[in-house]
Amino acid sequence: MGKVFAFHGGIHPPENKKQSTRTPIRPVPLPKRLYLPLQQHIGMASSPVVDVGQQVLKGQLIAEPVSRISAGLHAPTSGTVVSIGPHPVPHASGLDSDCICIESDGRDQWIEHQGLGDYTRLEPAELIDHIRQCGIAGMGGAGFPTDVKLHLGDDHIVNTLIINAAECEPYITADDMLMRERADEILGGIRIISHLLKPSHVIIGVEDNKPQAIHALEAALKGCELNIDIRVVPTKYPSGGERQLIKLLTGLEVPSGGIPADIGIVCQNPGTVRAVYRAVTFGEPLISRIVTVTGDAVAQPQNLEALIGTPFGDLLDAAHVYENKLYRLVMGGPMMGVTVEHDQIPVIKTSNCIIAASIDEMPPAPPEQPCIRCGMCEQVCPAELLPQQLYWFAKGREFDKAKQHNLFDCIECGACAYVCPSSIPLVQYYRFAKSEIRTEEAEQRKSDHARARFEARQARLEREKAEKEERRKARAEEAARSQKVRKSAESSGVATEPTQDISALKTAAAVARTKLKKAQKALDAARDSGDGDIPALEAAVQAAHTSAEQAQQALEKAEGVKPTAANIDTKQLKTAAAVARTKLKKAQKALDAARDSGEGDLSALEAALKAAQASADQAQQAFEQAESGAAAGTTGPDLKQLKTAAAVARTKLKKARDALKNAEDKGLEGLDKLRATVTTLEQKAEEADKAYKDAEASAGATEAPVNQPVPVDLKALKQQVSIMRTKIKKAETALAGLEGEARSQAEQALEELRQRHAEADKAFKSAEQAQLDAAAAQGVDLKQLKIDAAMARAAVTKLERSLAKSEANDERASLEAELAAARDKAENLNTTLKQHEPA
Amino acid sequence: MSLIRMSSPHVYKANSTANVMRLVLLATLPGIIALTVFFGWGTLIQIAWAGLLAVTLEAAILKLRKRPIGFYLRDGSALVTALLLAVAIPPFAPWWVTGVGVIVAIAIAKHLYGGLGQNPFNPAMVAYALLLISFPVEMTRWSAPFVLNGDGWQIASFTDTLAAIFGSVETVWYDSFTGATPLDELRHRGGLTNEEAWRQSRVLSEGIGAWHAVSAAWLMGGVFLLYRKIITWHAPISMLLALAICSAMFYGYDPDNYAGPFFHLSTGATMLAAFFIITDPVSSATSNRGRIIFGAGIGVLIFIIRTWGNYPDGVAFAVLLMNLAAPFIDLYSQPRSYGHQKANKGQGGKA
Repeated sequence: MGKVFAFHGGIHPPENKKQSTRTPIRPVPLPKRLYLPLQQHIGMASSPVVDVGQQVLKGQLIAEPVSRISAGLHAPTSGTVVSIGPHPVPHASGLDSDCICIESDGRDQWIEHQGLGDYTRLEPAELIDHIRQCGIAGMGGAGFPTDVKLHLGDDHIVNTLIINAAECEPYITADDMLMRERADEILGGIRIISHLLKPSHVIIGVEDNKPQAIHALEAALKGCELNIDIRVVPTKYPSGGERQLIKLLTGLEVPSGGIPADIGIVCQNPGTVRAVYRAVTFGEPLISRIVTVTGDAVAQPQNLEALIGTPFGDLLDAAHVYENKLYRLVMGGPMMGVTVEHDQIPVIKTSNCIIAASIDEMPPAPPEQPCIRCGMCEQVCPAELLPQQLYWFAKGREFDKAKQHNLFDCIECGACAYVCPSSIPLVQYYRFAKSEIRTEEAEQRKSDHARARFEARQARLEREKAEKEERRKARAEEAARSQKVRKSAESSGVATEPTQDISALKTAAAVARTKLKKAQKALDAARDSGDGDIPALEAAVQAAHTSAEQAQQALEKAEGVKPTAANIDTKQLKTAAAVARTKLKKAQKALDAARDSGEGDLSALEAALKAAQASADQAQQAFEQAESGAAAGTTGPDLKQLKTAAAVARTKLKKARDALKNAEDKGLEGLDKLRATVTTLEQKAEEADKAYKDAEASAGATEAPVNQPVPVDLKALKQQVSIMRTKIKKAETALAGLEGEARSQAEQALEELRQRHAEADKAFKSAEQAQLDAAAAQGVDLKQLKIDAAMARAAVTKLERSLAKSEANDERASLEAELAAARDKAENLNTTLKQHEPA
Repeated sequence: MSLIRMSSPHVYKANSTANVMRLVLLATLPGIIALTVFFGWGTLIQIAWAGLLAVTLEAAILKLRKRPIGFYLRDGSALVTALLLAVAIPPFAPWWVTGVGVIVAIAIAKHLYGGLGQNPFNPAMVAYALLLISFPVEMTRWSAPFVLNGDGWQIASFTDTLAAIFGSVETVWYDSFTGATPLDELRHRGGLTNEEAWRQSRVLSEGIGAWHAVSAAWLMGGVFLLYRKIITWHAPISMLLALAICSAMFYGYDPDNYAGPFFHLSTGATMLAAFFIITDPVSSATSNRGRIIFGAGIGVLIFIIRTWGNYPDGVAFAVLLMNLAAPFIDLYSQPRSYGHQKANKGQGGKA
């Protein structure tokens, strides 16, 4: 006898074992129907291999294991399979589960079977497979398939085999009786398992309340060649807990979260060992087991050898149950057992005990009182936890803390609840906390999985998008290249293409016009200053004029060819009208100035004004015609434009009024003129408003609203900006001449103007940018870009020239700034152009 | 057939909170007897009065809180609190002192925190500390042991004591039956050395035996509780050891100015505290290891307060201070669980 160690805690509940050990084990009369649950243990449920209505023989395989941790099922007796479907099973949930129901034919006829003979000559794998085929599973606790445990020798060094015969739970005597009566079979089983695991030491752990069993084992062991120790341990619950027994017998602890094999130990239950013996020696699969039927509600508490699948009712009848006394039916022991609701639940491979308890024997628990943290639970906890703290954490749903207090090392033995003076169902709290934590973790896993999937999907979409973009770019490049080829063909004079590039022609015309203008300007400047090569310049102007005309002609020709040429360019017309108006204004101004000053050629100026008036009227007419024609022909009037016009008119009116008022207040000159202006402006504003409203009404009445986004009028914006700039300059000049209150007022006005200018500038730039962006997004409009770039270049040159000419420092500075901006813009455009132009 | 469905375990030990409290009450008997024998009927009267008031008050508050009165009254916790307070206050203390104490203990220290099991402080000690601060005269006028009152068993008669407590007798009368405790005497000895104080004070030289006897009686009760596994050894032993070690160290260093370990262990409320006060499970640390820390802390604090503090006995303050520390101790005194290399520390997770 070796040393016996101790484990922490433990309790001594009343044993109640004597009543069921008075009579020897006897078989239960053959039941009419047997219910065999497909799942009797952790792991996978077995899969039926018989059909309803099929005849089966005793010991015939009726369901086969489907994975490594799974055990087969065999017919416990001969008969007919009457159903395969849900039936109440012995499980804490109380739910139904799939069972094979066999109706016994009463003959109990065995299938042909035989033992393996000398198993020591077989390969271990063959022997283990035989054990697996016989459906042997742990008969003590969780019903773990035994063959899995016998494989442990492969990847673990097993030096100790422990036979767990402690049977510490009160009432249960199944292992006790088995050891008393079948000690030799148990020894035979130990031999087989030792042959497979080759442990250096076998320990049988028995509690000291089973003297007869110990005696029987000692007798059987006499002369045994194996190194087997019977270790008698003190009676204390839960010494039969696997981890507690290991501590008791070896002083070692199974690491938290580990299995006994991690420290070289394998545990087996005596019933399992005996089943292994019968399977190897006689070829009998696991079809019956010893069940203790006890409790105050049965007349003859005893141990019965019952077929797996026998309903509890048959066992209770065999033990003569008092139906009226039966209050609680417990499957298993009183500490960890599960109550069952009725007696049609079948015996399974792990059913070691049925307690038919009266109400006096197992009264309902008294009402729960407040926890006073007395710590009695801590003193008895075999896992050395702090049950009182775990209780608080479970109750307060502080699951992190519960985990940190090693909740998952709780073996749910019930010792804490047993001693609790406040009758708190502690184990229930722990089960609740554990299941909550498991649910939480499962949900966490699920959401992690979902997130991973989502991220993968996003990545895929991005990739696809990038690929699409790549393809699109490739296509655009291809198109540009072909365009270039075409162009080069055109420029080389082999213009075979039937359609001419109108926009290119337009650009050419514009460029020619610009050049002409520049030349004209240069000529004017030269004339003004009186120096420079005027004839040369005149020649240049002439040349520019010719080329501009040519370009224009070419363009007109091209447009004439095109069917779209019918559309009149209203925008252009509008600009023309505006230009004409500006000219008119200028002329008017010049005339006024001349009249004021009383010098200059008045008549000439008047003539010029008239001409300007005429041309402005013409331009306006043309524009209006074109617009109305366009409106009538193709699209409705540009509502937005009209609206803007109306708003502008209103603003002008307001300004004029303000000015008028100001003037009136100050008694300035020229009131009449201002009044006239206001009146005309009023008229105009009304007109504009009316036009807008008319247009709106007609648009609303006749046309569905055009959903197309109105393109931002960049030119208009630009114009606005330049107008503002001019105004500011003017105001600045005016400001220089003013003094006193007027000056401060003017300053204010100037400030306002500057602000407006800044706003306008910003609006223009953002619009420009937006347009560029839009262009980039739609595939870059190369032509447009080219034009822009050319224009920018022209602007730069112009500025450079005027800079060279100007001398006043202030002017130079502002010009320089403008030049820098213009250069920037030109450069930007150039780079963009280069980027998009095919190499 | 439909049977009851229950979660395991299906059997329970015949044990209840009421049973625990009954055993505690039983264990106080030797101490109560010793107090009565040496200091007169006052203790018994105080216990009866405090007990009656406590149970009435508990019932009233349970009714206010809409709790089942009978169910909670039966746990006997109110009675234990009242009893521990009653044996701690002087036998001749006026009725209203006890009354205030019981009200504070039951209403404020217990039920305002949520009743049994929820109070962070020991109710009896909260009440005692409050009384000591509020009514220092009444609370330090202890009875003189009968040996100082003349030959034979000279104690004030039952009716006189009753009258004294309930206020119909001039204070002059019971002055002859009251005096300082040994702790008081030693504390207010002026510049005398231990030996000189011992020679000069009758309480110390002749009356000290009474306190020894009472302490021995409390120790007996404590041993009974240990035997019945109502309390564990951890807190009492560590407290007594800490107190003994501290006093031995200082006594060994300067025996003239510091009292010896035996004196510390056998006078004042040391034994009562060790087995009945600091073993109150609700307000103490909860694990075995935690209780050792908790007890040792109280032992050290008692020595410090007695030696350098303003009060002759520091049990109440020491207990309350360590009550404050108990939740923190709990976090860092978890046991090493089965299958773990070492114990977890801290609270884990988010606070």
